[in-house]
Amino acid sequence: MSTLILGATSRVASRVAHRYAAAGHDVVLAAIELEEAQALAADVRLRHQVKAVAIRFDATDFDAHPAVIAEAAQVLGGIDVALIAFGAMGDAARARQEFSAARQVIEINYSAAVSVAELLAAHMVARGKGTLIGIASVAGDRGRQSNYLYGSAKGALALYLQGLRNRLHKDGVHVLTVKPGFMDTRMTWGVDTGRVPVLSPEAAAEAIFRAAERGADVVYLPPFWRLIMGGIRAIPEALFKRMSL
Amino acid sequence: MSTWAEQSLHGWGHYPVHGALVARPESPAEVAQALREHQGRGLLAYGLGRSYGDAPLLEGGQVLRTERLDRMLSFDDSTGWARIEAGVTVEDLARTFAPRGWFPPVVPGTWYVTAAGALANDIHGKNHHLDGTWADHVRRVELLTASGEVVVCDAEREPDLFWATVGGLGLTGLILSMEVRMVPIPGPYIEVETVKVRDLDHFFQVSAESGGYSHTVSWIDTTTRGRGMGRGHFMRGRWTAERPPAGLHLPRLTVPFDAPNALLNRATITLFNEAYYQRQRAARVRAITGYEPFFFPLDAVDGWNRAYGPRGFLQYQLVVPHDPERRAIRAVMEAVTRSGMASFLAVIKEFGDRIHPHLSFPRPGVTLAMDFPNRGRPLLDLFDRLDRIVLDAGGRLYLGKDARLSRDTFRAMYPEWEGWRALRDTWDPEGVFRSSLGRRLGLCKEDR
Repeated sequence: MSTLILGATSRVASRVAHRYAAAGHDVVLAAIELEEAQALAADVRLRHQVKAVAIRFDATDFDAHPAVIAEAAQVLGGIDVALIAFGAMGDAARARQEFSAARQVIEINYSAAVSVAELLAAHMVARGKGTLIGIASVAGDRGRQSNYLYGSAKGALALYLQGLRNRLHKDGVHVLTVKPGFMDTRMTWGVDTGRVPVLSPEAAAEAIFRAAERGADVVYLPPFWRLIMGGIRAIPEALFKRMSL
Repeated sequence: MSTWAEQSLHGWGHYPVHGALVARPESPAEVAQALREHQGRGLLAYGLGRSYGDAPLLEGGQVLRTERLDRMLSFDDSTGWARIEAGVTVEDLARTFAPRGWFPPVVPGTWYVTAAGALANDIHGKNHHLDGTWADHVRRVELLTASGEVVVCDAEREPDLFWATVGGLGLTGLILSMEVRMVPIPGPYIEVETVKVRDLDHFFQVSAESGGYSHTVSWIDTTTRGRGMGRGHFMRGRWTAERPPAGLHLPRLTVPFDAPNALLNRATITLFNEAYYQRQRAARVRAITGYEPFFFPLDAVDGWNRAYGPRGFLQYQLVVPHDPERRAIRAVMEAVTRSGMASFLAVIKEFGDRIHPHLSFPRPGVTLAMDFPNRGRPLLDLFDRLDRIVLDAGGRLYLGKDARLSRDTFRAMYPEWEGWRALRDTWDPEGVFRSSLGRRLGLCKEDR
């Protein structure tokens, strides 16, 4: 069995890599920082005694995507599981003033994910099997003034994955959408989350692994976020626009 | 830019608790970035917080948590050398390598320690009499020094910096990685013999007779005076390929909250010690066990330190030179029982003769470690009295366990401190690296 991780050096992505390696998967770790991906690959190899290979992957270098996916497929002898884990919060204030910054958030979180997802879908359809996992966000469930740009890109990704899941169902390819709340990562370090618990990357990886194994379609991490976002989505827009959440 | 968060940190004893600005780098590049963001109030690495007192703390300064610098980078299965990042733990090494016939060369009583913490405290284990400390099995330590330069050091390359870093409590620089030499084992099992020890003299007799065992340690009852003083259980073990009987596994326990302080008092501690001593009726019991219960018995109880309650606890670990009459050890135990304080857990072991310069703790002789619930002033007064006994005997305390030693007493116990300080200062003239313990004992720049 084999797994490709795109954006492998985030803590959650690297824990997912370890989780699949622990289950015996060979892994390809693709990330923009090749040296970091190589150190992670060594770590995965040493701990789990599987094949682990690092390749350089720049999410916004769209033209290079086909070669990256082809290389991963070749190294792994076919990709059984692919995790699209890259993303970037961006600087919301800067993105309001410079469209180039806004475009980068959109491209990394949405356009690049679409680009690799289509390539992976084609690969998996040709093999008649596969699991494609995309990490969206609870921020994509409703637009809020504090992070609507990032949220809109992640929301678009969730909608895209929904359609892709529908399209690929008949081909035996499964699409899993992951919507994390707060996870204990670089992104949330130093963020005051109040009483809302923060999920460890290890627990997140375990939940993603299990959701993929049982063929879940959409999972919130942790699951209580489904209720929270259900509540937030239920607030009438006329009221919501006056609130600061 | 690193993200710095205000956090309260403490060591394993939950005393003291100090606030700092804390970042958590996930790569060597992020460590270097954090060093560049140093604001002049000191910088210190914090691993898993298993030092007991204020060695891993830096009040009002900047602290780097190293738990995510945890990659294993290479392993040579013909020699056993493993190259690992600073935050790789003894647990990582044991879990990864024990099933493949290798084990970390030196392990402490918990496996939740990082490699960098092991070097910075120059930890010892049950095999010190044969194998020395962690530093004896390490080479190619990558140290990010105050200037921003990464210096590779070991006993051959930059030996001065290496030996200053060994037991140097993180005050010479930020350890990024090292090579540690794993030792081959016949199987992940230990053949252990537990000898019931009647008193202190009997302990030393059994210790002298245990040459055939690679690992020795003894639990000792510090609540009994007079004839039975120093009674306990002497555990001696060696690696074996023989499997333990099937169906034997220990339940995992958790202490989910801070116990009320009143739970551990002299009466309950004395009762515990009596029950623990009487647990084994035979003079000797031989068994085969997995390595976990032998090396890391307390790890089976998650958060056992919280049983001491919100005020925490203090450990007092001393080493005194060999003395046929064991005067210092007897005097210490008598002072403890007379004080009305009681140690819940006490451990005694004879060290070997291999020593390291500067602040590394082990010295030839006998080491005794005692845990006490934090009773404030009366306990600190007792510790001051014990310091006098230890000092008069030519002994010293383990800084990785310390939270209260005075500067003068420390300097008398570690006359090497001055040479160490001079060496440290040549690598960090501005005093970038500091700690709460370092300020207390005069080991680093002190302005706040």
